[in-house]
Amino acid sequence: MAELNLSTKAKITWCPGCPNSQILVAFRKAVTEMVENGSLKIENLVAFAGIGCHGKISDYINVNTFTSLHGRLIPAMTGSKCANPNLNVIGFSGDGDSLDEGIEHLIHAAKRNSDITLFMHDNRVFALTTGQFDALSPKGFKGKSSPFGSIEEPLNPLLLLLSAGATFIARTYAGDIAGTKKIMQAAMNHKGFAFVDIIQPCITFFDTRDYFKDKIYWMDEGLPKNDLKFSIEKVSENQNEKVPLGIFYQVERSTFEEELYKSR
Amino acid sequence: MSENLNNEIFTIGIGGAAGEGVKYVGNNIGLLLRDLGFQIYLSLDYPSLIRGGHNFVRLSASVDKIWNDHAKLDILICLNEKTAEIHKSELKEGAWVLEGLNNEEILGKVREFLSTKGLADFASGSVAPKGELIDGNTAFAKGLQMAGLDFYFAYPMTPSTSILHYLASKQTKEGLKVIQPENEIAVINMALGSVYTGKRVAVGTATGGFALMQEAFSFSGMAELPLVLAVVQRQGPATGVPTRSSQSDLRFVIHAGHGEFPRIVLAPGDPEECFKAGIEAMDLAWKFKSPVIVLLDKALSEHIMTVDIERLTQLSLKATAGEENANIIFPGTPEKVVKVTSYEHDEEGITVDKPEDVKTAMDRRFAKGEKIKEEMNNRETIKIYGDTSSKNTIVFFGSSKSPILEAAKLLEKNIKLVQILWLEPFDSEKLKKEFEGMNKIICVEANHSGQLASLIRERTGIEVTDKILRYDSLPFEPEELALQINSILK
Repeated sequence: MAELNLSTKAKITWCPGCPNSQILVAFRKAVTEMVENGSLKIENLVAFAGIGCHGKISDYINVNTFTSLHGRLIPAMTGSKCANPNLNVIGFSGDGDSLDEGIEHLIHAAKRNSDITLFMHDNRVFALTTGQFDALSPKGFKGKSSPFGSIEEPLNPLLLLLSAGATFIARTYAGDIAGTKKIMQAAMNHKGFAFVDIIQPCITFFDTRDYFKDKIYWMDEGLPKNDLKFSIEKVSENQNEKVPLGIFYQVERSTFEEELYKSR
Repeated sequence: MSENLNNEIFTIGIGGAAGEGVKYVGNNIGLLLRDLGFQIYLSLDYPSLIRGGHNFVRLSASVDKIWNDHAKLDILICLNEKTAEIHKSELKEGAWVLEGLNNEEILGKVREFLSTKGLADFASGSVAPKGELIDGNTAFAKGLQMAGLDFYFAYPMTPSTSILHYLASKQTKEGLKVIQPENEIAVINMALGSVYTGKRVAVGTATGGFALMQEAFSFSGMAELPLVLAVVQRQGPATGVPTRSSQSDLRFVIHAGHGEFPRIVLAPGDPEECFKAGIEAMDLAWKFKSPVIVLLDKALSEHIMTVDIERLTQLSLKATAGEENANIIFPGTPEKVVKVTSYEHDEEGITVDKPEDVKTAMDRRFAKGEKIKEEMNNRETIKIYGDTSSKNTIVFFGSSKSPILEAAKLLEKNIKLVQILWLEPFDSEKLKKEFEGMNKIICVEANHSGQLASLIRERTGIEVTDKILRYDSLPFEPEELALQINSILK
């Protein structure tokens, strides 16, 4: 088999030191291993992206990509998956991209359990537009559009997706490349809607690296993953103290695409 | 206007509250008359509610081609008490008013009426049917099916919904799939995701829903994704009058989407043309990797005509599909990477922003626009009816075709009729030829600002001499239209 080359001619334009580069490395490693162990055909991989810093990733990976509009990658992903169920459909999105602009699509994709995987670059700020509060910014966040501090409470995306019906929910930290790679692979191998929250501090507009450094920890892998009540409690824990990483929830349920071809 | 327009045309009105079966009775009479060999045109007027209100079906029939229903009634069928009162001014002298009858009794009365009119030959069933009864939406959907439609995405919105209903009923396990996503934005973005994998895809909506689709419509132009969009006009602005007709979105669709990119806008004028537009739109979308809008409106979408769909289907069997797709690569192809993006991009699909690269990409897309313009030479972009030697002409698009062609039967002077079928690109050259040496050019359209007239001036430099506009949410009536045209030509 020819050596897998996942790089492109495009010059990387993320800020030097941006954790997005670590997500890129983790993804390339995840894909390379999956192609090598035969669990993925590279031509069947389709990577979608929204608009925001995360979205630049499509230019940096030599695989099929579909760079959608801001917030609109999820319906496009479902459209591709139901049109060709052989494709492994994954998407890169941001918290602004999928929890502000396109939140209805996120909820409905989870509801219909579309067999797609979403990696959400979670920087808790609108970065590419130079630093405004978004759906995940903490109350009091000071940015150019909220000079006196944001007056809104943030969403809890994992809790939201659990209630919407997602069948795979995980969180990882961009700085932990090995851990992120492993979670990405588990998500891509999951049948059904998989949501991965990748904490990705924005080093320019909301540098949370020190904040998360001491708080993140990997959950015991032996914890139950199919107990909705337990998972709801786990994702609801106060993040001011500890931030658990790992798979919170994983169950099997028939997918939208299976149902589509089962019925007339 | 002569009271006795044409002995061979008769009109039946059926009125009642929503939920009382007005449409059911209307359809049954339509089917009976069709089976007896008549051509019919059936219109439907209803408010936006489920029960109550006043629904009215009006059906005109003729032994010859009939393009539109007429206003004056030979028979009024009242399914409730209010109907007789509401429609009494529309009765012809000696008209029959039927009350308190069931479906079978009504059909019996219709047969009896035919005998009294000397149409006994028809009443006896010895004349062969002229075709199927079909509305514009269904005809368009059948055209899409002929063109190999794989996926249809839509969110319900009057008056586009019957396309969704029809196609949903035609799904198969491995073939056509119909998906109803969470909103119109999801509709078009899902559709584009399916197109990316090589499927033949259409979406359908009313113009309000299309307003929500603007950004993704622009994306389809930028990424050159072949997509067919049925866009059905209704009386706006905003929610407007949801169940009534209008032609006020011509300018909206031809300029739709931010930024500049080529697109095709087809405007069929009757169910037969809707069927053909369904096929042609898919063909053009794939040939030019371009979004193609088929512009419809409530009257065209929901009114019913007799169409020989079987003959049309046979004629179309040879058409379309395949060849043009051969050089397009889709995801899943070994050794190939397929990149689609909403950013400006080079031919590999990598983002560019150097001014020279941006210009190259814009020029590449607009070179395709030029090819589309050349394609107009092989297509029926305008149609001519009536007296081609006349120095007076009527110009129109879309559903106005029906009342205009019917009105033409009632005019005092012969006149040339010019129907525009392609709104974008616009066939200026053909149109200029048709307008050469004209005394009167009368533009008839159902909007307030004369959008077609202004488009003609913009694209040909020719100013129409007269405009007949209607913007009260009802389609033109042939008799009234004939009076207006007669007075202009005096």
